Amino acid sequence: MSRHLVSIRDLGGDGLERVLDRTDQFAEVMDREIKKVPSLRGRVVVNLFLEPSTRTSTSFEIAGKRLSADVVTVRGSSSSVEKGESLRDTILTLDTYAPDVIVIRHKAAGAAALAARVSRAAIVNAGDGTNEHPTQALLDLYTVRQIFERVSGLQVAFVGDVQHSRVARSSMAALQMLGADVMAVGPPTLLPVEGEDALGAEMSADIADIEDADLVYVLRMQHERQGPGGYVPSLREYAREYGINHSRLAPGQRVMHAGPVNRGVEISDALVDDPETLVLQQAANGQLVRMAVLYDLLAAKEPTAEELGTREAVAT
Amino acid sequence: MTTQAIARGRLVQRAGPAVSLVITGARVLDPASGIDEVRDLVVRDGVIGGDPDGLDQVGGRGLVVLPGLVDPHVHLRTPGREDTEDIASGTRAAAAGGFTSIVAMPNTAPPVDSAAVLGSLLEIAASDAVVPVGFTAAITVGQEGRQLTEQAELAEVGAVAFTDDGFPVADARVMRLALQYQRLAQRPIALHEEDAALSHGGVVHEGANASRLGLPGIPGVSEAVAVGRDAILAEREGARIHIQHVSSAATVAEIARAKARGVAITAEVTPHHLVLTDDVLDELDPTRHKMNPPLRGAPDREALRAALVDGTIDCIATDHAPHASEEKDAPFEEAPFGVIGLETAFAACHTALVRSGAMELELLVRRMSADAASVLELPAPSLADGNTANLALWDLEEEWEVGSAGFASKSSNCAFTGAALVGRPQLTIAGGQLAWRKSP
Repeated sequence: MSRHLVSIRDLGGDGLERVLDRTDQFAEVMDREIKKVPSLRGRVVVNLFLEPSTRTSTSFEIAGKRLSADVVTVRGSSSSVEKGESLRDTILTLDTYAPDVIVIRHKAAGAAALAARVSRAAIVNAGDGTNEHPTQALLDLYTVRQIFERVSGLQVAFVGDVQHSRVARSSMAALQMLGADVMAVGPPTLLPVEGEDALGAEMSADIADIEDADLVYVLRMQHERQGPGGYVPSLREYAREYGINHSRLAPGQRVMHAGPVNRGVEISDALVDDPETLVLQQAANGQLVRMAVLYDLLAAKEPTAEELGTREAVAT
Repeated sequence: MTTQAIARGRLVQRAGPAVSLVITGARVLDPASGIDEVRDLVVRDGVIGGDPDGLDQVGGRGLVVLPGLVDPHVHLRTPGREDTEDIASGTRAAAAGGFTSIVAMPNTAPPVDSAAVLGSLLEIAASDAVVPVGFTAAITVGQEGRQLTEQAELAEVGAVAFTDDGFPVADARVMRLALQYQRLAQRPIALHEEDAALSHGGVVHEGANASRLGLPGIPGVSEAVAVGRDAILAEREGARIHIQHVSSAATVAEIARAKARGVAITAEVTPHHLVLTDDVLDELDPTRHKMNPPLRGAPDREALRAALVDGTIDCIATDHAPHASEEKDAPFEEAPFGVIGLETAFAACHTALVRSGAMELELLVRRMSADAASVLELPAPSLADGNTANLALWDLEEEWEVGSAGFASKSSNCAFTGAALVGRPQLTIAGGQLAWRKSP
């Protein structure tokens, strides 16, 4: 097992199963009145978020706290990075406080790999540029397992800006590791070059090709990449050609989206609010999976009854 | 006898004692001069040949004497970033790699775009350069691509060639003016070919690895379209151009087409593009693997090797580009481009090309010595009697691990760090002076 979670591939198929099974154990904790266990008591988790984030940073913070770890969150606007400190020096400085885990979100691809090279702490990649977002992949996979009986053989279509999506990159790989059949659909200008070779998935510019998918994974259109010099003529035309709404879906097709959503662009308003759409279930699973990831990196053994805080242990 | 600080052609070296020694029983190999025999080689007062009597002997049995290597493309970071390399350390690194002539690029701070800056560099070289070094000057003022530098004066002061390496000339009219003005300046124009709009912030080769890792790509055609344009302009103006660090198969095809129709065009390729592909990117380690042009795919590498063998690409150049480790140790996407190469160039090519059977040793020596000299119209080192000694004594069987004993360069951002290479100079004589000797 890798000491870090930089790429979803660090886990391997067995690691994926292990973290997902662990997530099930922590899901049970959420049914209790006091949703907190002592598993990581005395451990220190630093969340270093140098790029905007709501759900990832919040869920990591809550995940750490529910495991009784001491959690410190550092954000871009309050960090010395604003004073021109290099990422390497920031990591080295944090390292002197001997944290057990550093969770890092950064705008540049390769930031988590750098952190893993220089830090003694376990590094969790919470999104580095357009490279990877492995905990998103885990929560997606966990959600898929809740909805579908089997991941193996499941047909999944990722729709939209595949080229710039770290979510697509990690989640496609994770689904494939458990045997899902994955494809990508999007405008020709937003499909990755040599995508078939790169991602082991069929690439299509034809939205009609989602028809056989059991699951349609809608990717966020990144406003900041559009406009002059962007990749599509307009968001209006994008919505017209690739936006997912009820009329584009076949009966029984389920829909996921990592959020934040652009209502009316890549996904229709009505579809976001449809209870069958899995956006909020994904978000809810985020903290569970992140509990499992933190636990997996810091305690590579079965949790004891005491660590899980079972009622019996609590009672004594 | 002591030589003066000397300008040999446009190359300058510090003054120092002329070496006298005899290398005994080595294979003396200089394909450009038609020499390949096992014998003693005499250097007396810095000149090859003469009477061996009374000279120090260097055992050469089982070793090979090669003509000094020539590098038409290095960055010596002087002036401005002497913390990462200076003329003394850069020329020492050259000597440690068997090079006896190198040519520095002008993208310094300030850039070499005036006779004053060029003159000061020549002065520093005359006191610090361990091997003869030449300097290029910028094509445009500030390398900004707008206004030509004073190229007649720069050529007179000693510019080897003109180049905006690192900042390709985007404006076709400015490029055309530079090519026309060459009729006055009379020096080669060396071109870093890249269409910045097509490169669009890319950091690695655009291809399956970039797509898998989510790194923005630099397409091979970004280089090829620029070469296409400039070959057409050079043809129109009857100008002489040299294409720097060719990296893509599409570019090789453009150069072949231009040569076939008689354009005065030459080209170089780096050892890292000949040896590595973008399959190494998985580690996301910019210190070793981020450079521009980027490491490309296997089909590109095969095209480069074939072009080097058939002469479409004329020579090898290192694009030795030192960077401070704290700048390189950054997120891949944000780290600066460039790797050092002087100390590993020959060994890497010898290991990956010659020992694998992809290329004859004789051809590699030509491509790194006589042919590398000719692209920028420099004197070619020769092992024939009567020539100034520019040579290295190589153990072509010695295996060594790159970086394990540090580098002579001030920087250590080498693409081959950790690799086991075969072939290492035992001593290097440059400009008739002992420039480097391997510590026992």
